[in-house]
Amino acid sequence: MTIKLGVPSKGRLMEKTFDWFARRGISLSRTGSDREYAGAVAGVEGVDLVLLSAGEIPRELAAGRIHFGVTGTDLVHEKLARWEQQVEEIAPMGFGQADLIIAVPKFWVDVDTLDDLDAAAAAFRRNHGFRLRIATKYHRLVREFLRDAGVADYALVDSQGATEGTVKNETAEAVADITSTGETLRANHLKLLADGLILKSEATLWRSRVVGLDDTDHALCKAFMARIEAD
Amino acid sequence: MPTRSETLAEAARLRRRFEDLGAVPVETPILQPAETLLDLYGEDIRARAYVTSDALRGEQMLRPDFTVPVVQMHMDGGAEPARYTYSGEVFRRQEQDDDRANEYVQVGFEVFDRSNPAAADAEVFAEFSKLLAPLSLRASTGDIGILMAAVEGLHTTEARRAALMRHIWRPGRFRALLERFSGRAPVPATRRALLAQDDPTADAGPEIGARTMSEVAARIAALREDVAAAPLSQTEMGALEALLSVRETVPYALERLRDIAVDLPSIAGAVRRFEARAEALAARNVAVETLEFEASYGRSLMEYYDGFVFGFYASNRADLPPIATGGRYDALTRRLGKGVEIPAVGAVVRPGLMLELAEDGQ
Repeated sequence: MTIKLGVPSKGRLMEKTFDWFARRGISLSRTGSDREYAGAVAGVEGVDLVLLSAGEIPRELAAGRIHFGVTGTDLVHEKLARWEQQVEEIAPMGFGQADLIIAVPKFWVDVDTLDDLDAAAAAFRRNHGFRLRIATKYHRLVREFLRDAGVADYALVDSQGATEGTVKNETAEAVADITSTGETLRANHLKLLADGLILKSEATLWRSRVVGLDDTDHALCKAFMARIEAD
Repeated sequence: MPTRSETLAEAARLRRRFEDLGAVPVETPILQPAETLLDLYGEDIRARAYVTSDALRGEQMLRPDFTVPVVQMHMDGGAEPARYTYSGEVFRRQEQDDDRANEYVQVGFEVFDRSNPAAADAEVFAEFSKLLAPLSLRASTGDIGILMAAVEGLHTTEARRAALMRHIWRPGRFRALLERFSGRAPVPATRRALLAQDDPTADAGPEIGARTMSEVAARIAALREDVAAAPLSQTEMGALEALLSVRETVPYALERLRDIAVDLPSIAGAVRRFEARAEALAARNVAVETLEFEASYGRSLMEYYDGFVFGFYASNRADLPPIATGGRYDALTRRLGKGVEIPAVGAVVRPGLMLELAEDGQ
């Protein structure tokens, strides 16, 4: 038997993950053609590499189809209810840092805090007849954050990409999105709320808590963990 | 655990009891237009209702309760006064607790009657109290109307009263607003800096999106008014805090509220209504001397209750949600009726939980 390690299938996230494991003597590589999602593992026994979209890794961990997986904190928290019970955080990996934040147009000089956002939303709804729209793909995290802060009269609208552009296009009045440097926000004339940090995210190695293990799997997991933690 | 058919049989029995009280049985669709519920409750409703959709009708919700469709049905031409009963499944999304059911049967009884609110409140409570009596539950009661009357009477700006009223059902934000309006929490430094400028919008940057520069300017004007306004008086703050912490049996609560009304005279009418209700409850053989009253009860139920509120709980089963809940929701009829208001009081009970507790007791 082998245990399965899920890793993002492309881009910088994949490369940095490969580097991170390489520094621990575990060599991950893609095999076959550029377009084929197959991989190989060397330097540790009995581990299969599964290349997946980063967004699918939380689900695969929670379903117990992979034993370990690399993905962002944001995706685990957004996609898994009560994530602590389904996955265990093994190691933050020191890259892919990004913050999930709430941003509003820079010219809203009257809005600096969630308290302001709430008041602006109330007035907006009165003036426009609909709730103030916040574009995001992190529906659950944003909703819980705003509920805990007591913000009302807003609506979440789905945006799976180019979220910062939604304000200019008038499909939303504010955004809740991931940012690392804030440059895209500034370029789109948006600014952060002072208390609008929802989550600090980074690429993290997770272990599934739900996967069933026989003795062999158990030994393989232990050996794999020992290699990671030797670092 | 009771079987589904046992639960449905119990539901039918309860519904007949309400029919015997003159309630007309009604049915509502399981799929409700999401927009109505979102307008009422905001995005928070998504955390507790299942949302589904199709390309034609857009978002629909599996009914999280019967109140909204029953009120809508009544307002579309129900006779007055009217009383209704219903039974059926409701659906509640669960994201925190596996043990909470996401689908269960509710039986409800709703009374739309202008003539004597105290009597209608008492009737609904007494009927639920009677049918739950064999389970020896603990009843909690409250009255959100008293807090609303207190807010309406505060000696402060209309904008501040409106802000507090808007957050009556969000205790955390309500508290934060009070702290600021009373001067206990300082004006945030960034706001002070903003208001110190002659023209805060001078270097604001390009105007993008649907919220306009004039809306920004209007809010700055409102903020200027707010910092110029006098803080809530110590007397009113003290009385409000005393009000929020009232937790006594009904006779003592009444006494405390009368004392508080000396400093908050605007609650006098609501306290008299509370007294009338207590008398009406006593007339229906409810033991008001031992009935608990908590002024803050029911504020986070998300139900638009704005008067009498109550719930029945199993003291030895803290894991269970309330077995029955209810209250007065004139505010909901006002929202759904677009100006037309019909005083309404009602409650729901969960026959499945009743049977489960009855089994426990055996």
